[in-house]
Amino acid sequence: MKRILVIFAHPAIQKSRINQQMIRALRGLEWVTVNDLYDNYPDFYIDVIKEQQLLMLHDIIVWHHPFYWYSCPSLLKEWFDLVLEHDFAYGKKGTSLEEKDAISVLTTGARKEVYSEKGRNRYTINQFLIPFQQSAALCKMNYLPPFVVHGSYTIPPEEINNYAEQYKKLILSLRDEKLDRKKINSVEYLNELIENNA
Amino acid sequence: MHNQDFFFQALIYLGAAVISVPIAKKMGLGSVLGYLLAGVIIGPFILGLVGNEADEVMHFAEFGVVLMLFVIGLELQPSLLWKMRKSIFGLGGLQVLITSVVIAAVAVLFGFRLNNAIAIGLILALSSTAIVIQTLTEKGLLRNVAGKSAFSVLLFQDMAVIPILALLPILATWGSNINLAESNLDKVTGVSSMPGWAQLLLIIGVIAAIIFIGRFIARHVFRLVAETGLHEIFTALGLLLVIGIALAMDAIGLSPALGTFIAGVVLAENEYRHELESTIDPFKGLLLGLFFISVGASINFNLFVEQPFKILVYVLLLIFLKFIVLFILGRIFKLRKGYDFLFAFLLAQSSEFSFVLISFSIQNQLFETQTAGILLLVVTLSMTISPLLLIFNDKAVRPILSRRENKQDFDEFDEINPVIIAGFGRFGLALGRFLLANKIQVTIIDSNPANVEILRKYGFKLFYGDVTRPQVLEKAGIEKAKMLILSMAEHEDALKIAKHVRKNYPRLRILARAKDIFHVFEFYKLHVRITQREMFNSATELGVKALVQLGFTRYEAYRAGRIFKHHEEQVLEELYSTWKEDEKEFIRETQRFSKQLSETLLTERNYTIHESDDAWDVDSARKESIESSSSKE
Repeated sequence: MKRILVIFAHPAIQKSRINQQMIRALRGLEWVTVNDLYDNYPDFYIDVIKEQQLLMLHDIIVWHHPFYWYSCPSLLKEWFDLVLEHDFAYGKKGTSLEEKDAISVLTTGARKEVYSEKGRNRYTINQFLIPFQQSAALCKMNYLPPFVVHGSYTIPPEEINNYAEQYKKLILSLRDEKLDRKKINSVEYLNELIENNA
Repeated sequence: MHNQDFFFQALIYLGAAVISVPIAKKMGLGSVLGYLLAGVIIGPFILGLVGNEADEVMHFAEFGVVLMLFVIGLELQPSLLWKMRKSIFGLGGLQVLITSVVIAAVAVLFGFRLNNAIAIGLILALSSTAIVIQTLTEKGLLRNVAGKSAFSVLLFQDMAVIPILALLPILATWGSNINLAESNLDKVTGVSSMPGWAQLLLIIGVIAAIIFIGRFIARHVFRLVAETGLHEIFTALGLLLVIGIALAMDAIGLSPALGTFIAGVVLAENEYRHELESTIDPFKGLLLGLFFISVGASINFNLFVEQPFKILVYVLLLIFLKFIVLFILGRIFKLRKGYDFLFAFLLAQSSEFSFVLISFSIQNQLFETQTAGILLLVVTLSMTISPLLLIFNDKAVRPILSRRENKQDFDEFDEINPVIIAGFGRFGLALGRFLLANKIQVTIIDSNPANVEILRKYGFKLFYGDVTRPQVLEKAGIEKAKMLILSMAEHEDALKIAKHVRKNYPRLRILARAKDIFHVFEFYKLHVRITQREMFNSATELGVKALVQLGFTRYEAYRAGRIFKHHEEQVLEELYSTWKEDEKEFIRETQRFSKQLSETLLTERNYTIHESDDAWDVDSARKESIESSSSKE
C-alpha cells in the first residue's frame, strides 16, 4: 500500500464540471489525502511547514489541476515556489522527496489532436509538462506519465462520470501497487493503462 | 490664617467630590447626583462642614457653566449651528414662552400677584444647562436626537436670560408704587450713563470684536504661544481668553455664558481647537463639580422642614408642568419612540440661571424674602431630583415603551431571509453592503430608530426592533433563517443573544463581531467559533500601509500583514486553551494570563515573521552553488 497525496488546485471549482466530479470520486478513499489548495489557502498564504510534513507522510504526489496557459493555476505555482525549499526538496541536504512518485493529472479544454506538432498548440502535453518533469527530477522523484482528460468543453455530461471513475481506478491501483511498473514508462498517458485494464 | 481657611475649604470640597462621585457612578446614578449628594452631606443640614460661604462658592463656580458653554461652542461649527436654527428658535422659543405662561397661570391660581406670577414663570421655565449637558456628555447622548433637541432649547434659554433680566425690573415697578426711573434697570446693563442706542451699538461692537479676534487674530496668538512650547502658558492663554470675554460680556450686560459660547463657535474652525478644548476641560469639570456641590450644600432644609408638604407639591408640580409642555413640544417637533420622554425628562428641572434671576429679583424688590427663599428651594430641589428622573426614565419608562412597541407599532417583517444581521451601525453597514452586493438576502434589525430611518432612505431594508427581546428574533424569522450575524456594538447584549439563540435554535449558525480576545473567548465558550475582532483587521491593514511608507515593498508589506494575521489566529487558539483552564479562578489568574500574553508577544518577536517565505530567500541555494563551483576549480 502506498500513501497518496492529491494536491488539487482549481480557483473556481464551483464552475467546473469535470474536476468537481473527479475530486468527489476520491473523497473518503483510505490512504488517499486530498489537499485542496484554493480551499485551504484562499489568500495564498501557504502553510509551508504543514505542506512539507504532508509531503513527507506520503509516497505518491499527485498534482491535479486544469491546464491553464500550458501550465498550472497560480496557487499551485506558488506552492512549488514556497514549499519545495532548498535543503528540503533539492540541494545536497534536500532529500525529503527522494524516491517518491510524482504524477500530473490535468484537464484541458481542447481535444488531444490540438496538442500535437500539427495541432494548434504545436506541442504535446508531455512537452508542455517538462517543467513539472524536471522539477520532480531535481527533487529526485520519479515523474510518471500524466493522466489527462481532454476536451473538457465538449464532453457530454453523461461521460463525465466515466472519467471520474477512471481517475478513481487509477488512484486505487497506484495505492494498491497494481500498475505494472515496467509498462508505466512506456505509455504516453496513464489513461491507457486504466482503459486497458477495463 | 486666611490661606488655611481656603485650603480647609478646598479639602472638604475636593474630598467630598472624590468620595461621593465614584460611589454615585458605581451605583449608576451619574456624577451630577454624586456631586449634589456630596453637597448635601457636607452642607449645614447634615455635617455642617460648610456654611453660608457655599453661596459665594456657588457664584465662583458658576464660572464652570461659562467654561462649559465655551467648550460646547468649540465643538459646534457655525454651519452646524445654522442647521439647528429651527430647533433653537422654534422648539426653544416655544418652550420658554409656553412654559412661562403655564407656570405663571398656575402661580396666579396659587394666589400670587400677576407681576410676581409672570416673573416666577419666566424664572422657572429655564432648565439647567450644567446638569443636562453634563448628563448628556456622560451618557454619550449629545449626538442623540433627544440630546440635540435638548441642547437647542438650552441654547435658546441662555439667550433668553438677557431679555428676562431686562424684564424683571419692569415687572417689579408694575403694580407697585416704585418708580421705574428709580429702579435698578441700569444694573441690567451696567452702562447706565449711555442712551439706549449707544448701548445697543456697544453690544454689537463687542460681539463683532469677539468674532473678529476669534477669526483673524486668535490663530496667530495661539501659534506664537504654542511655539514657546510651554504648555502652562497655553493654558493661561485659554483661561485668559474665556475670563476676558466673560468680563466683557458682563460689562455690557450680556450673559457671560452666551459670550463665551459665541467665542467658542468662532474658534471651532481654528486648528488649535482640540488643544484649547483639552486645556479648558479639567477646569470646566472641576468648577462644574464645585458648582453642583454648592447647589447641594445651599439647600435650605430648615425652610423645607417648616412646610414640607407645600414645598414638595411645588417641586412636583413644577416638574410635572415642565414635563408636559416639553413632551407635547417634543411630539410636535417629531420626537418619537422614547426620545420624546427622554427629551422631556432631561429638561424638566429649573436652571442655575434661576438663582441669578431670583437674587436679581430680590434686589429689585420684586419678591419678598419668604417667596424668594421658597423659589430658591424649589429650584434647587428640582435640580437635585432631575438625575433621578432620568434614572426613572431608563429603568421604568423605557422598558415599558419597548415592550409596548414590540406589541404595537413594532415593525412587521414582511419577508423571511436566510441571514439576519443584528445591529446596523458602521460595522453592520459595511457587512450588510458586502452581503447585499453578493446577492445574499438579509434581514437587518437595528434598535436605533434614527439609524433605521436614515438607512431606509438609502434603500436598505431595515427593521426597527430590540434584538435582545426574543419576540423580535422570532418575528424576524429566526426559525427559518440559516445564519445570525451579531454585528452590534453592545458586547454584553451580543453574548446574551448568542446564549439565547444557541439554546433555542441550536442549528442556526451564529457569527459575531467581537470587542477583544476576551469577548472572542466568551463566544467560543458558547460554541460561537466564527468571530471577528472589530479592530484587529483595520489596525493590521493600516500597519501594512505604514510598512510601505517605511520602505517595504508593497508585496513584502502585504505578505507581512498576511503572516501576522495567520500567526494571530494560532496564538488566539493557544490563549483560549489557557483561558478556558483558568476560567474558574480567572480573576485571580488574570495576572498570570496577561503575563502569558506578553510572553507570547515576546516569542513572537523572535519568531521570524518571514520564515514561511524562506523559499524566496535564495541564500542557502546561492551558498551551495558557490561551494560546488569552487570545489570544481
